[in-house]
Amino acid sequence: MSSATAKKLRPKYLSLSALLFEIRLPLPGWISILHRVSGAVLFFPFTAWALYLLDSSLASAQDFERIKAYLELPLAKLGLLAFVWAYCHHLCAGVRFLLLDLNKGIELGPARASSVAVLVVSLAATAYFGFLLW
Amino acid sequence: MKRIVVGAHQGAGSWLAQRITAVVMALYSVILLVVFLRDSPATYGAWQALFAQGWMRVATLLFAVSLAWHAWVGVRDIFMDYVKPDGLRLALHVLVALVLAAYLGWSVEILWR
Repeated sequence: MSSATAKKLRPKYLSLSALLFEIRLPLPGWISILHRVSGAVLFFPFTAWALYLLDSSLASAQDFERIKAYLELPLAKLGLLAFVWAYCHHLCAGVRFLLLDLNKGIELGPARASSVAVLVVSLAATAYFGFLLW
Repeated sequence: MKRIVVGAHQGAGSWLAQRITAVVMALYSVILLVVFLRDSPATYGAWQALFAQGWMRVATLLFAVSLAWHAWVGVRDIFMDYVKPDGLRLALHVLVALVLAAYLGWSVEILWR
């Protein structure tokens, strides 16, 4: 058997069920994919929403009060919470990646520890923001 | 030797730009956090006054430009990874560029009205 055929026979566990239940992504992997997911939602819709909020809130005193009342709506609060989480996670994970680029904390132990820190810090910041909001 | 052509600079410029813009946005985030922690602009007067300052307008514009540049690299990376048909990918890249240009125009309009 040629090596090319052997390559073809190699099993590929990329079915949806494999991705969901069989492949155990290590925590740094989760930090990485969540960095991508949070970046995508920050691009759209959250930047558009933030610009809408900034635009309206700065337009006039009445509009400022209108936006304040709008942000009291439960759905808007949930949106803010998701926004804050995405921002915090993207920022914390981004700082971690910048440090990794500079060869800081690239050994297995520190890399795992920093990925835990990213998850905990961004979730804690989001929880604190939620506490202030409700 | 046969070389796989992936672009003029193999993306090193984009890679660096994404990191520099990340640092700019991180610094702006710290400034904004300090502003909010010191004296949260909870009234229209305070909110309006914050964005009436020249340095705040320029800093926010720098943030907006950094965001557009950063997202241009990042969102393009996502499409390059997952969208295989060339035509669709090109269309999405154009869409991203238009959305980012619109964001920038909107930011300038908000900051200098």
